[in-house]
Amino acid sequence: MSDHSENPTAPEALKQLPWPDQYRVLAKNARAPVLKRFYEAGCPDPKTPISEVPLVALDFETTGLDAEAHSIVSIGLVPFTLDAIHLSQAKHWVVRPPLPLHQTSVTFHGITHSDIDKAPDLADILEEVFASLNGRIPVVHFRNIERPFLNVALQWRLDEGIRFPVIDTMAIEAHLHPDRNPSFLGRLIGKTPVSIRLADSRTRYGLPHYSAHNALIDAIATAELLQAQIYHHFSPETPIGDLWL
Amino acid sequence: MQAELIDIRNHLVQHAPFDDMPEELINELTASIEISYVRAGTPILETGQTSTHMYYVRSGAVEIFRRSGELYNRISEGEIFGQFGLLMRGQVRFPATALEDSLLYRVPADTFNFLFENDENFADFVEIEDRSRLRSAVSRREKSNALMTSRVSRLISRETVSAPTTVRLQEAARIMTDQGVSALLLMDEACGDKCDSDRLTGIITDRDLRTRAVTEALPSETPVSEIMTTGLIKIRASSYVFEAMLTMLHNNVHHLPVIDGDEVRGVIALADIVRYESQSSLYLVSNIFHQQDVKGLKKISRDVRDSFVRMVNEDANSHMIGSAMAGIGRSFTQRLLELGEEKLGPPPVPYCFMALGSMARDEQLVVTDQDNAMILDDSFVPEEHDEYFMALAKFVSDGLAQCGYSYCTGDIMATNPKWRQPLKVWRGYFTDWIENPKAVALLNSNIFFDLDGIHGCTEFAEELKTLVAEKASSSQLFLTLMARNALNRTPPLGFFRTFVLEEDGKHQKTFNLKRRGTAPLSDLIRVHALACGSRAQNSFERLKSIGKTKLIMEDDLSNLRDALEFISIVRIRHQALSLEAGEEPDNNVRPEDLSPFERSHLKDAFQVVSNAQKFLRFRYHTQATRNV
Repeated sequence: MSDHSENPTAPEALKQLPWPDQYRVLAKNARAPVLKRFYEAGCPDPKTPISEVPLVALDFETTGLDAEAHSIVSIGLVPFTLDAIHLSQAKHWVVRPPLPLHQTSVTFHGITHSDIDKAPDLADILEEVFASLNGRIPVVHFRNIERPFLNVALQWRLDEGIRFPVIDTMAIEAHLHPDRNPSFLGRLIGKTPVSIRLADSRTRYGLPHYSAHNALIDAIATAELLQAQIYHHFSPETPIGDLWL
Repeated sequence: MQAELIDIRNHLVQHAPFDDMPEELINELTASIEISYVRAGTPILETGQTSTHMYYVRSGAVEIFRRSGELYNRISEGEIFGQFGLLMRGQVRFPATALEDSLLYRVPADTFNFLFENDENFADFVEIEDRSRLRSAVSRREKSNALMTSRVSRLISRETVSAPTTVRLQEAARIMTDQGVSALLLMDEACGDKCDSDRLTGIITDRDLRTRAVTEALPSETPVSEIMTTGLIKIRASSYVFEAMLTMLHNNVHHLPVIDGDEVRGVIALADIVRYESQSSLYLVSNIFHQQDVKGLKKISRDVRDSFVRMVNEDANSHMIGSAMAGIGRSFTQRLLELGEEKLGPPPVPYCFMALGSMARDEQLVVTDQDNAMILDDSFVPEEHDEYFMALAKFVSDGLAQCGYSYCTGDIMATNPKWRQPLKVWRGYFTDWIENPKAVALLNSNIFFDLDGIHGCTEFAEELKTLVAEKASSSQLFLTLMARNALNRTPPLGFFRTFVLEEDGKHQKTFNLKRRGTAPLSDLIRVHALACGSRAQNSFERLKSIGKTKLIMEDDLSNLRDALEFISIVRIRHQALSLEAGEEPDNNVRPEDLSPFERSHLKDAFQVVSNAQKFLRFRYHTQATRNV
């Protein structure tokens, strides 16, 4: 699957390697210690059952959808496994974007200019963020945000991008509902589109509604959704290689 | 805890025992949670496993089993399980399986132990099971009302002021003025070898001096014994203040001598208690006796509902509220009888006016109709006397209807000639009911087995109580049929402890807390009370007398008491909420109107009722007459 979110600066040959091998190469070549440690922590073999893989649900709130033009405002993450989501390790940061905050996203996230003014730059908290990412496979809902935004942010600050596989719960929903947009004829006979947005997807599994909207609760919501998806449509033995992108 | 976890915290605090948990503990708890999704049919806890977590159901449902494999409980959103294994610091005690796809919050053993050690409320909640949990719910409520926690002895602030019964009026008045008391206890000096409490024979009050001595212009040399009140109603120093209040309400007296063993400790007055309950129902009662006509009574009857709501908001228990409301109803009836006698002249032969049903049991609430009867002296001659009693009965009955006590639909009122009869006829009625019982006839006369004389020759009513107490316990067929009738109405509990709902008049799915809760309970308590020859009428008092006979085990008795208290108080609160919302109160409750705490404890309480009915069925080898 080709993916514009992957680090465009990486050589094509590298991208053909399995993820664990890519990590080994990247670990050798990385200049920033924080990235070196990330790759050194390794990536599980693609045949590893999902139930044995350490995961981390990751969610960014951003000023917009374009990684090149917009910035990260907050980061929420929670380490988890198929068995348990550990709130004791849940983390949330507000970060100061180098670009001005758009008024529309301010109302959306509930993060105000004064929150931002007091917030650190992403560079100041990278060590902490990576402490939760190292050795874990990130899980996101809609893969075109977290990976490209983190890649651009690191390019900007470390002059070095990042590559990693993700599990995308939205892609799993899309896969489960290939005909989610009914044809013109389908709509005539009353078929409605199937929404694969996070909240709507959760409803299909009987997962509760969360009223708050922040990066951490969305990360938790994503982790719960993946647990439900695996138990409903896959199995704890499903190899991680079948799920990551 | 990360502030962004507020959504998770907010779900916890809606449910017991987390609703009362201090802020820092609930945050600690939230931060320790492990979330886990399980599909329907998946085992969560299995016998032999080591207990590592307590579980909280965030969504879905879980079934808990006994080790025998028998279904034990069904846990739904906001409820916990798995705590018993942790408390035993060992193995899973009750295996659990997801009934629906469920999202569970797991609380690690370390956090569980931390909460257990730092939050007494939490410890109480997890430590005790079902029915004992109901008990702690009841006692927690009661702890918050000063009337129920303070003893009468606390109200006594000075030495007893007493005088010999031989003292003259003037001297008595001087002692009361010098000592600054409103009541003087009078001691019989003739029997000096007796203890104080036995020598206490009378009391006079300020009011007695005014109404009996001054207005009658008695010479100041008159012995006080000529105007003192005898046949004293006393209270023990160890009684609770609310018991003193109920005693005053029930007997319409404003002073109570306090006894402590052989000793006379003093006198407590209405004013001492009113200090405890600012807007007292006692005020309302004394106000009732100041009204000069039906119009006046009707006017103050509007305060009854306020008084009820106030007691509920002051966390009074159901016994207090039931007794206070019955006391108020009794006072309306008594005052109407006094007014009736003023209007019609003195009665041609002695009579007793009798309250039946909830008023006699001291378990009246705000939605109630009148159930009453008259016992006339055996010298009654219908042709000569009945015109008077018919008129008096009608005056009282119409007056009560004006004051909000609607006419009895079953026509069990003194206006019905059948229930306005001489004592000998009444003795015949009761003897027939007990010795030649017929199930359907008993269904209609059930209400007569809760009776209380409230005006006139109350000895007549006492005679009937004695007759019932003596005869009922030895008539097995009577008890069997009463038991059968008591099984007609079952608690609204279905499979898996779910509520069984019925459609009410407003087309809402509800269950009826009276018909399905308090009524079946008081029915079965009545049967046991009759079986052990108790003269008590109040259900709580009946449970006490049943306890003395060992007919039912102590534990089961406490369960019955707690269940009755809890169902009653939920019913009372439901009515108070309706009144506050300006709606007409009823007994129909929608499960969604209850807090999860109330829902869970109600299920426990209904389970107690259901078990007690099973016991009754077993004891009398009987089935219900008809299931309603």
